[in-house]
Amino acid sequence: MIAELGHFSLVLALAMAIIQSTFPIMGAAMGNLTYMSLARPAARLQFLFVSISFGILVYSFLINDFSISYVANNSNTLLPWIYRFSAVWGAHEGSLLLWILILSIWTIAVTYFSHRLPEYFLSRVIGVMGLVSIGFLLFMLFTSNPFERIFPIPLDGADLNPLLQDPGLIIHPPILYMGYVGFSVAFGFAIAALLGGNLDTTWARWSRPWTLLAWIFLTIGIALGSWWAYYELGWGGWWFWDPVENASFMPWLIGTALIHSLAATDKREIFKNWTILLAICAFALSLLGTFLVRSGVITSVHAFATDPTRGIFILALLAIFVGGSLVLYAFRAPSTKSGGKFKLLSRETFLLFNSILFLVAMLTVLLGTIYPLIIEALNLGKLSVGAPYFNAVFVPIMAPLIIFLGLGVLTKWKQDDFSLLLKQLRNLLIASLFIGISIGLIFFENNQLKSIAGIVAALWISTTSLYSLFVKIKNKKNKLAAMRIISRSFYGMLVAHIGFAVCIVGITITSQHSVDIHQRMKIGDVIEFSNYQFHLKDLKAVSGPNYEATEAIVDVIKNESLITTLRSQKRTYTVRNMPMTEAGIDAGFTRDIYMALGEPLDNESWSVRLYHKPFVRWIWLGAILMAIGGLLAVLDKRYRLRILKKKIITINNEAIP
Amino acid sequence: MKILYQSIVFALVILTTHKSYPNDEPVYFTDKNQEQRYYLLIEEIRCLVCQNQSLADSNAPLAQDLRNEIFKMIKSEKSNNQITEFLVERYGDFVLYRPPLNDNTWLLWFGPFLFLIIAITTAIIFIKKQSQNNTIDN
Amino acid sequence: MIRYLFPLTIFIGLTVLFIYGLQNDPRYVPSPLINKIAPKFTLPTLHNPESNISINDIKGTVSLINVWASWCIACRLEHSVLNEAVKKYHLTLYGLNYKDKRTNALIWLENLGNPYIESAYDEYGNTGIDYGVYGVPETFLLDKKGVIRYKHIGPIDKRQLDDIIMPLIKELEQEK
Repeated sequence: MIAELGHFSLVLALAMAIIQSTFPIMGAAMGNLTYMSLARPAARLQFLFVSISFGILVYSFLINDFSISYVANNSNTLLPWIYRFSAVWGAHEGSLLLWILILSIWTIAVTYFSHRLPEYFLSRVIGVMGLVSIGFLLFMLFTSNPFERIFPIPLDGADLNPLLQDPGLIIHPPILYMGYVGFSVAFGFAIAALLGGNLDTTWARWSRPWTLLAWIFLTIGIALGSWWAYYELGWGGWWFWDPVENASFMPWLIGTALIHSLAATDKREIFKNWTILLAICAFALSLLGTFLVRSGVITSVHAFATDPTRGIFILALLAIFVGGSLVLYAFRAPSTKSGGKFKLLSRETFLLFNSILFLVAMLTVLLGTIYPLIIEALNLGKLSVGAPYFNAVFVPIMAPLIIFLGLGVLTKWKQDDFSLLLKQLRNLLIASLFIGISIGLIFFENNQLKSIAGIVAALWISTTSLYSLFVKIKNKKNKLAAMRIISRSFYGMLVAHIGFAVCIVGITITSQHSVDIHQRMKIGDVIEFSNYQFHLKDLKAVSGPNYEATEAIVDVIKNESLITTLRSQKRTYTVRNMPMTEAGIDAGFTRDIYMALGEPLDNESWSVRLYHKPFVRWIWLGAILMAIGGLLAVLDKRYRLRILKKKIITINNEAIP
Repeated sequence: MKILYQSIVFALVILTTHKSYPNDEPVYFTDKNQEQRYYLLIEEIRCLVCQNQSLADSNAPLAQDLRNEIFKMIKSEKSNNQITEFLVERYGDFVLYRPPLNDNTWLLWFGPFLFLIIAITTAIIFIKKQSQNNTIDN
Repeated sequence: MIRYLFPLTIFIGLTVLFIYGLQNDPRYVPSPLINKIAPKFTLPTLHNPESNISINDIKGTVSLINVWASWCIACRLEHSVLNEAVKKYHLTLYGLNYKDKRTNALIWLENLGNPYIESAYDEYGNTGIDYGVYGVPETFLLDKKGVIRYKHIGPIDKRQLDDIIMPLIKELEQEK
């Protein structure tokens, strides 16, 4: 009975979504306040019904209700309860429900935190988000009902894919979806602005914190995914350029362009159309990602079980939402008045370059991802585009971005003097080059050029960013007080840019200087590798709740002292009879030592892979810093009017920059 | 429906190929250069039975066979070109994660730089035009 | 307004591409061996390790080479179709027993019937590699000159046999 209730609750949610979108949008067009006032309650009720439905699915997993086909296919009585919980989003139907739940969470957040918005605008935002909700609820009800019954009822479930039985996978999808779906808010704001016809810049200011939040979630979500792949897949890789990764990376690239472009639109009333287009594009790419992963047009490691009817449905949704928005854009955009003027050498120019380079980066990833499809469509055969391609073309596109970043943060709005700028930058450039080259030559014996390039890039970003802080306070008497007055979004920018630099260091050094070996080992063997000694102390059988494993215990010794003891397991999950590697990792600030147990060989030996990965943590540390930077910007006072007013009275001698 | 059927069949095919036991015997080189070439090659060759993994990342028996084949060819002084040609003759361009530059792939390889040039030129023209329309107001 | 329609145009192009993409199977990899002379091999036969079979024994008539193994579940699906086909059509069907244990393969044929004129025993899968085999079962159709004209990946079902393979065989038999 309860499963039918969950299903029915989805139908009610659909009804609410229909009310949430039709009346408020009509009301905003007609100036009917009663219609508009339906936006908030309808959105909240929709959230309630989606939550009930989601709650019921969770409950069904927890009590092992195998009469529900989705539960039976993705769970098992032996599965620990926490994975029964996360199994809810372990496959297509449940993860789609999570998608809808998160959309309604964002919508309800908009209803609570947008009191400053005019009623007609808010109605349109919520209405547009309701339209998206309708699309996905219909998709769910017609093609992907998670509450479908199965008969005869199986005695036990087919178990959750062992790859997904991992703590990282409990939090990775919800956070990633918070990012993906979060762009629907920016999309809602952009469409509301287009519907209203007055593309002033207020919409940009209102949507900035929302867009930043979505971007933060997406940043963390992608980093979590990369970290999970690193330790769970057992090959020490942290980015594979798999279509599924690309699907999350493309919205991130455009999201990054968007948060920069929004800043320019907000502060200088420029790039209005461009920003709208980026907002549409970010959401379109989120939908595209959903399409690529779930339709089966492209082969990927982590694709869902695919079904072309689902693909057609998502494609139709994509065509309606994105096509519709772009038509609307084509009608409204030509009448937009351009805002403030600027010279070629100005911060505006560099912000525009930022957008454009991120756009080119996104197009590059898109091209590589769909090129096999293009070739097949033209009947030219079948080819693969993989990591070697992306690495080769992506880095040269990032290079100008990094150069412009350093120039941009130090350039004034409107116009700047080239000779003055050069004077400031000359020393920073020389310092970055000098330190970078020294580090490269002293610490690295091979791949020196690439390492130096990466380190110089990181130094260039950090020194120019820090110098921009210095510029702000150098003429002030009380430096500390001056630093306190500087806005949080400025510090946010600083931290995020330094995070980017940290990420570059991590990526460069890990890719250029990781080493690994593949060896045969038996108990008692000692291997010398990368200045460490690895001593296989023991191999023992271990059993988990739903798997059998062999565990290797390896002492890592350097200069006769024990550094760490690594434990790596080769598991066989009994229900699906699927092997999994649990890597043994000693994480460190400057290096990881990574061990993966391979397969049993003859003579009681096992194959073992050992990796030494310098600075790999910096990749994720950089992502965390970027997210913190984003958070600082969200917390900027200018988004909280009331507090701002109070503060202005106390700090009346300094203008808020 | 046809595709659905094929997908199911493929799932079966892929599952069944996993049935035979993997042989993860490490390979040893005396020549450092050969070793580097080996690891680079297996990173850049696609495993056909897997969803989207390189030979290096895959446990599938076919991936192991092909790794072995590559090992043997490197040991017998075959060049990288000869090895990739060997694989392409049998499995097609699909096995190469680094698509060769030819008539079909020039857009793939030069596209990003084409985008870059077009984008930057457009941006500069736009900036010039808008800054000439009016003088900078302060 | 034209330039504001640019994003829409690109988007429509992408959509068309995806509609096309939905109709293709991303996991199907066409074989580069089509219209090439079938690769040479000389292997022991499955039933008698002492005697050999080579590609030259197969050339001359229109024939099918079916790659199979006893560990392959999908082959079981296909096997009954092959058994029937041989009875019905008098096919020239050879087997390539791929990476199998000889005893297992022989038991399999004993239990399920043997539609093959002869099965070559490819213990280490080397011939499989030469034929670009990536998932078992696979089936190659050779013309009289020993040129591979068609490759079927995955198990052949009844409909595919009647609608695709048999008409092709008839056509090839007309050739000189």
